[in-house]
Amino acid sequence: MGILRSLSRQPAALFGLVIVVAVVVLALAAPLIAPFSPDDQMFDGLTLEGAPMPPGGQFLLGTDTLGRDLFSRMLFGARTSLIIGIVANGIAVSIGLFVGIVAGYLRGLPSNILMRFTDLMMAFPALLLAIVLAALLKPSLWIVAMVIALVNWVQVARIVYTETRGLVERDFIMAERSLGAGHGRILLLHILPHLVPTAIVWGTLGIATTVLLEATLSFLGIGVQPPQPSWGNIIFESQSYFQAAPWLVFFPGMVILLTALAFNLVGDALRDILDPTQRGRG
Amino acid sequence: MAFVLLRRLGQALLILLGVAAITFVLLYALPADPARMIAGRSATAQTVASIRHELGLDQPLIIQFWTYLSGLLYGDLGRSYAQKTEVWTLIVARLPATLILMATGITVEVVLGVTFGTVAAVKRGGTVDRLVMMASFVGVSAPQFVVALLLLYVFAVTLGWFPMSGYGSFAHVVLPATTLGVLGAGWYARMVRSAMIDVLNQDYVRTARAKGLSSRRIIFRHALPNAILPIVAMIGIDIGQFMGGVVVVEAVYGWPGIGQLAWQAIQQVDIPIIMGVTLTSALAIVTGNLLADLIAPFIDPRIRTS
Repeated sequence: MGILRSLSRQPAALFGLVIVVAVVVLALAAPLIAPFSPDDQMFDGLTLEGAPMPPGGQFLLGTDTLGRDLFSRMLFGARTSLIIGIVANGIAVSIGLFVGIVAGYLRGLPSNILMRFTDLMMAFPALLLAIVLAALLKPSLWIVAMVIALVNWVQVARIVYTETRGLVERDFIMAERSLGAGHGRILLLHILPHLVPTAIVWGTLGIATTVLLEATLSFLGIGVQPPQPSWGNIIFESQSYFQAAPWLVFFPGMVILLTALAFNLVGDALRDILDPTQRGRG
Repeated sequence: MAFVLLRRLGQALLILLGVAAITFVLLYALPADPARMIAGRSATAQTVASIRHELGLDQPLIIQFWTYLSGLLYGDLGRSYAQKTEVWTLIVARLPATLILMATGITVEVVLGVTFGTVAAVKRGGTVDRLVMMASFVGVSAPQFVVALLLLYVFAVTLGWFPMSGYGSFAHVVLPATTLGVLGAGWYARMVRSAMIDVLNQDYVRTARAKGLSSRRIIFRHALPNAILPIVAMIGIDIGQFMGGVVVVEAVYGWPGIGQLAWQAIQQVDIPIIMGVTLTSALAIVTGNLLADLIAPFIDPRIRTS
């Protein structure tokens, strides 16, 4: 609770927190709030010339090129973004924690191999790798989540590695060891708890990266596949039409931006609160 | 120094070899079948098999990889499946466009980032600082394709100041470079700000102030050069970020660079081109990091002695 109170004292973090909560609530309650079905191609959803309806009137944010209600699609798109954000980033942070702890705790060859492999992954052009993988696999929600996780764990692993290295040198670990504690006990009860703040911070900041990456893949047409709505593929579907119907690009675009911004603000504030040594830095 | 350099070069080569191996295995493990792609949907199994044989795809994976690696030694990246041209030729033809885009993009982000970061650090805690920090957060949270479409809509469609797409003149490069630069500028501003705050709190800056130097002289002559080091390392890492970003930006702006080449190749399962572009990108990343490490001692002589 102390964390929540500290968060709400910073205006920027509070702003982020409010948006995060709003997006989560809207995503959960999408079926209740949405005025129309997201897949319904409505008869009166297009103008007489067959163009999308502009915002206002019966359709709050207008309709898309197939006459579907944009607001309803964006509500259900929030579910897609959040599921991928949480699943993909959860997996990425878990892999990162595992690799980082093991490489930081072990000495010699195994540690070296793991860290050289991490270095190798750092030299991979991440977005390019994600695009290649997503395009050549049959894209679906879970494949996209896997691809993003596979690309995003590296940074967490590096940070956890450095922290674990520092922890292992500390006296209390030495004391544990001289008391006869096994590796499992030391790792789980004494090292892991110290890494919880790092996991929380990256668990939050990473969601911003993940939401952006999912949107980018879907925008290229290799992410979540229509008709399942995602903020990225709404833009993908309507980009050839965007000169005539710019709202089809800008509403989802703004929502992606706001969501990523919110998770970044909250994550950054959490880092300040949980890690006092970083306070006041960029 | 020479020894360190050799060691780093060796590591860089190993990393490139690793990237080649992983990409190779990934591309061949994926379910997409290039032979089927070339033959077309209606081709008989026999035709597909003969194409597969022609491309050497019926050989064991390890032999295919060996053939590829020995080709690499002579700078041979293989032939494109779809275009029947040397991959190397295709990449070299596209390279200048992407390099122009990257150079201008990096310039935009460094200029914006250093300027705003310095201003924020000097005015620390004030309204300007808060505004800059907020803007930098928006910058790093903005999806590149949305920024690209937004700039396109405002400056090309509505105002008509810049062309919609294409390549060839300075006007063409403005929007794509800004798209690439805005995103990175946020990171740079935050980094310069925190480095500048550290430096401005140090004793020698107080001494300079006590001597009565003007604040402009203190900031530009005394503080900024010491805060610039993390930026150099950052540019090295950034090159990698850019190689992915160019795929998106080149797709939106119809920019005829490596990103567009890669994107077309991905859709045609043209594996040699995908391999070639990935390796070129990895080479750019490794070279960027290496250069950043090499330049660092010249910027900060303390690194040379330690």
